[in-house]
Amino acid sequence: MSEMPPPLIRVRDLENRFGRHVVHQGLDLELYPGEVLGVVGGSGTGKSVLLRSIVGLHRPSAGRIEVFGEDLQRLSPRERSRVERRFGVLFQRGALFTSLNLQENVALPLIEHIGLSRADAEGLARVKLALAGLPAKAAIQYPAELSGGMIKRAALARALALDPEVLFLDEPTAGLDPIGAAAFDQLLLTLRDALGLSVFLVTHDLDTLYTACDRVAVLAQGRVLVAGRLESVATTEDAWIHDYFHGPRGRAAEGAARTAKES
Amino acid sequence: MTEPGHIDQQDDHLAISGDWILPHYATLKRRVEGLAKIREPSPLGIDLSQIADLDTAGATLLMELVGSEQLAAIDDWAPALPAPRRALLRTLGEAMVGHSPPALRPARPVRDFLAETGQRVDGLWQQQRQLLGFIGLTLATLAATLWHPRRWRPTAVVAQVHQTGLNALPIVALLTFLVGAVVAFLGATVLRDFGATIYTVNLVAFAFLREFGVLLAAILLAGRTASAFTAQLGAMKANEELDAIRTLGLDPMELLVLPRVLALMLTLPILTFVGMLSGILGGALVCLVALDISAVQFVAILERDIAVQHFLVGIGKAPLFAFVVAVIGCLEGFKVSGSAQSVGEHTTSSVVQSIFMVILLDAVAALFCMEMGW
Repeated sequence: MSEMPPPLIRVRDLENRFGRHVVHQGLDLELYPGEVLGVVGGSGTGKSVLLRSIVGLHRPSAGRIEVFGEDLQRLSPRERSRVERRFGVLFQRGALFTSLNLQENVALPLIEHIGLSRADAEGLARVKLALAGLPAKAAIQYPAELSGGMIKRAALARALALDPEVLFLDEPTAGLDPIGAAAFDQLLLTLRDALGLSVFLVTHDLDTLYTACDRVAVLAQGRVLVAGRLESVATTEDAWIHDYFHGPRGRAAEGAARTAKES
Repeated sequence: MTEPGHIDQQDDHLAISGDWILPHYATLKRRVEGLAKIREPSPLGIDLSQIADLDTAGATLLMELVGSEQLAAIDDWAPALPAPRRALLRTLGEAMVGHSPPALRPARPVRDFLAETGQRVDGLWQQQRQLLGFIGLTLATLAATLWHPRRWRPTAVVAQVHQTGLNALPIVALLTFLVGAVVAFLGATVLRDFGATIYTVNLVAFAFLREFGVLLAAILLAGRTASAFTAQLGAMKANEELDAIRTLGLDPMELLVLPRVLALMLTLPILTFVGMLSGILGGALVCLVALDISAVQFVAILERDIAVQHFLVGIGKAPLFAFVVAVIGCLEGFKVSGSAQSVGEHTTSSVVQSIFMVILLDAVAALFCMEMGW
């Protein structure tokens, strides 16, 4: 890992403030091709704001964000849409369109951006839904009829609709049962290997960190406190990091990950 | 831009090459379909090693070519492929084994039409039943809280009066002023032929005291406030806030519905009064400008000809209309289900229903007052 390729996403000196409340100050972060980057931090440290800033939903107060080498804030709407097609976003609560059924949800970007016929797009959408682990009959159900876990999976299918290069996931395993969460981690790794995805993963799930993430960035005090491989991050001298990785849950997740690797 | 992938067929051997990616989906699909007609899917003799670029869309098409079971077993028949690519094809195959597209019900136009008609009629009936039930519930809650002053919520009521009444005053005043002027113009035009333009005063006063003041204010309130109630309560319902209120041992009827209903019942009479004044003012202005009836004369005619009962008939209808508008707005809000579409549907329904009910009640009231000689 000594020779790093140029990063896909480069955040420099990011500053975000809401009124007098400073969320980020002097935040630097990179996402490299093909890696799964886990972003962790206590509640209110601005993990979601960071994600929203990178995908262009929130205009930062100051600083620079380059996505694929381009500054989203300075692009024209057309160029921006072209860049935005190259990433998929899974929102915390799914954010499926409630007036469309699942296959229509996933087919929408395929019809709008690729210009597929409706039948083709829905056929492809059903494959993506199956890939995300949903049963065939779910394709014609509406989001209101589904459980939280199924909504997460459908939202992942929609995020993957355009075969993006970068996937942004905001707490993807929150609200999933442990079996579903483990399957989700595995699915993420398979897709990453198969499609060469890079993943920006905001999570609280320690198991996901141990099984799926190549690098971990810890957000605290408005900046990235430390970023690197999990083993080195976990041993950083900091009270919060220590409590996080070496608390009862952290130890359990580490133990589980080690057993999984040995077997 | 890359070139779409190719399928080369030689006897029983398929050589697949090029880019199998989403931007070429339509072209690739045609090629696969052209082939599938001639050939039974079988993995034997398929060479995938020349594929340059592959994503899930391309993999889906390959699956159509060889079938999901064969794709799931790709490790057996194409072990030479790079591991990540095999993983993609295998994952996709495994995910799709046993999946068949969900069967859509065939369309039956006549039956569907009848079913739809029946559903609508039944829906209309259920709607009225629910409305009556909700009115009962509101009255019962009101009666239950009436004797317990500690359960009154004056702050909530005042806040609602502020939002629904004070903020609506300018638009109500402007609208009734304009309609008052229009009615006076109409009267002046029609009555001129009889040489009775002086009766324009009576026309404007009668119209606004008995009907237009309360009707216009109520219709504005239905459009402005019933929709707001539905959207507010609907969003709360979708966000499970109503359930939270219930589990905290509180009653949404008492907490949310009663203050709104009471506020509107206070608000609409005030708005009606303002509407009456402003409509008559509009009429007076037209009388002054177009008919040379001075303000003093206008007021004198009002005093002489218009009995106070007309005012009472008009303002007496206001609390009734307000009650109906508020109850319909709240009930439709409670009916919202999770989706954004449902919020829209119920907001529309609440405005349509409340305007309809206001006009219907007004017609019934007019008939009643006429028979009673009021």
